[in-house]
Amino acid sequence: MATLIDLAESPVRALNQALHSTAATSWRVRNPRGAHAVACGIREDHTVDVEGHVGYYCAGMNQHATVTVHGNAGTGVAENMMSGTVRVRGNASQSAGATAHGGLLVIDGDASARCGISMKGVDIVVGGSVGHMSAFMGQAGRLVVCGDAGDALGDSLYEARIYVRGTVKSLGADCVEKEMRDEHLAELAELLKAAERDEDPADFRRYGSARQLYHFKVDNTTAY
Amino acid sequence: MEPASHGLRESATFDRATIHAIQRAAETGIYDIRGWGAKRKLPHFDDLLLLGASMSRYPLEGYRERCDTDVVLGTRHAKHPLRLATPVTIAGMSFGALSAQAKEALGRGASEVGTSTTTGDGGMTPEERGHSKHLVHQYLPSRYGMNPDDLRAADAIEVVLGQGAKPGGGGMLLGQKITERVAGMRTLPVGIDQRSACRHPDWTGPDDLAIKILELREITDWEKPIYVKVGATRTYYDVKLAVHAGADVVVVDGMQGGTAATQDVFIEHVGIPTLAALPQAVRALQELGVHREVQLIVSGGIRSGADMAKALALGADAVAIGTAALIALGDNHPKYDAEYRELGSAAGYFDDYQDGRDPAGISTQDAELSARLDPAEAGRRLANFLRVMTMEAQTLARACGKAHLLHLEPEDLVALTIESAAMARVPLAGTNWIPGEGL
Repeated sequence: MATLIDLAESPVRALNQALHSTAATSWRVRNPRGAHAVACGIREDHTVDVEGHVGYYCAGMNQHATVTVHGNAGTGVAENMMSGTVRVRGNASQSAGATAHGGLLVIDGDASARCGISMKGVDIVVGGSVGHMSAFMGQAGRLVVCGDAGDALGDSLYEARIYVRGTVKSLGADCVEKEMRDEHLAELAELLKAAERDEDPADFRRYGSARQLYHFKVDNTTAY
Repeated sequence: MEPASHGLRESATFDRATIHAIQRAAETGIYDIRGWGAKRKLPHFDDLLLLGASMSRYPLEGYRERCDTDVVLGTRHAKHPLRLATPVTIAGMSFGALSAQAKEALGRGASEVGTSTTTGDGGMTPEERGHSKHLVHQYLPSRYGMNPDDLRAADAIEVVLGQGAKPGGGGMLLGQKITERVAGMRTLPVGIDQRSACRHPDWTGPDDLAIKILELREITDWEKPIYVKVGATRTYYDVKLAVHAGADVVVVDGMQGGTAATQDVFIEHVGIPTLAALPQAVRALQELGVHREVQLIVSGGIRSGADMAKALALGADAVAIGTAALIALGDNHPKYDAEYRELGSAAGYFDDYQDGRDPAGISTQDAELSARLDPAEAGRRLANFLRVMTMEAQTLARACGKAHLLHLEPEDLVALTIESAAMARVPLAGTNWIPGEGL
């Protein structure tokens, strides 16, 4: 039986303090009403269901926990997540999964600009589309977009891999389309399965770094 | 032949350094990247003097009467403020820019005298945490190596918006310093030129920063002081916005502040001197009614107890040192002069921290060079230097009749130049004139 915390009656501080100081268990959070920093800094194997919309940085720096937002999420959902799973049933605002090092972030709806910016190992699956500058300076991990991608996808990309099913408005500096080999189809199938999606991996295209900007050269100045 | 002795005249506009810079640019087609801070002559604390006691003020006995030095940072919101024995701290410098030995030495030296040291871009190393009694953990745009365990292990968190050497600029760690360990900590391929973003990836502007600070407090259960560090530019406004965003401590870094790798044109032409920034910061805090409640740390060219005393007199709660700390460890030591010359530099001039071939073993990741720096010995030198700075500041404070370093005040200062009087808002020596405030 899940422990219920009603944010109409308790402050976010009380929620987070409880999540930080108890052993793994289940939680329901009612009336989030766009509150910021909901369920951030968890380091236990909690299951947290947030029944409504959240503001900035929900599940920020998550470790081990499974957090589900039954609504929309504001800026920076699951930012710098280390492990665990964060799922947004609605849409997510800017910088979803920013700098996250691990774990799985699933956004059933659309994500706004800079989804996966500076990602460092996280896997992100977006059921809808992503905005401009997504995966900017992405270092590691995988970004899967079942819809379309906005401008400058993967700009200044390092080693993160990107899969897009729909159209890409434009690719950012040093981001190129790459061959979809068997190992990529296999890893994409695993990611879609983990995100509980039924798209066919064969419908996706793969994008990655051309690795031409890894060393600062005079010849590259027009690329920036 | 010495050209000047034969009547040859060097151009003030096109001096030798300028001529060399043009020649170098013409040959390479790329701008100069270097370490250190601004090297040009700037109005600085040397342009201020302290007014010792005489008939109208009562001094304290230099060798017998107490002059306390302790300072508490982060009293505004944090459950556990930092309690330092002396108001001089070690500024943020990264493992990657510096060797692990140098980072350990900084921790050892700071801890020996009861003050704090600071991480940098690239995360926290076990050596640094283990040897630092008080460790401030930087939260930077790149978030290299950022994780909640290190945040919880820190004694304070410093949200870095910029630094004095390059306000508005990101960072670059050249490939020769991206070893396997550095690359692993930053989740990057070995040997590539690593860029650090100039903006944070998940917030823009002061309203967002307030929410970011809230998140950091929630993650760490409101235990840690949160600093906000800005490079000195529009300091009056930046400090006000940092306070509104919820900072416990504001760090203002003037343009003399150091860097490990930045374009020379950026270092020398962006930002304002520490002396110009400090009074703006104090005025902002005073107008908000939080001077001393939100503590102010000032850095950028702090070299001595005199600089420290003058900064405190102008209203800072503490100072931070970076370049001076590296010099104390052994940077630019004459014993390496021959090796500096092989690199095209000389002891006293060496600023190629970006290059990774530092003979002193400080700004390098080369295993052989790094091993030259004994962390215990270098830490002892730093501790000595910090003690000397503190004793110098105490000497000056006692002369002004102060029983605590933080009792120094602007009234204890006069300026030697019109520029410094205008910037510091203290009178020109021998007059009551503060430029901009009438006769």
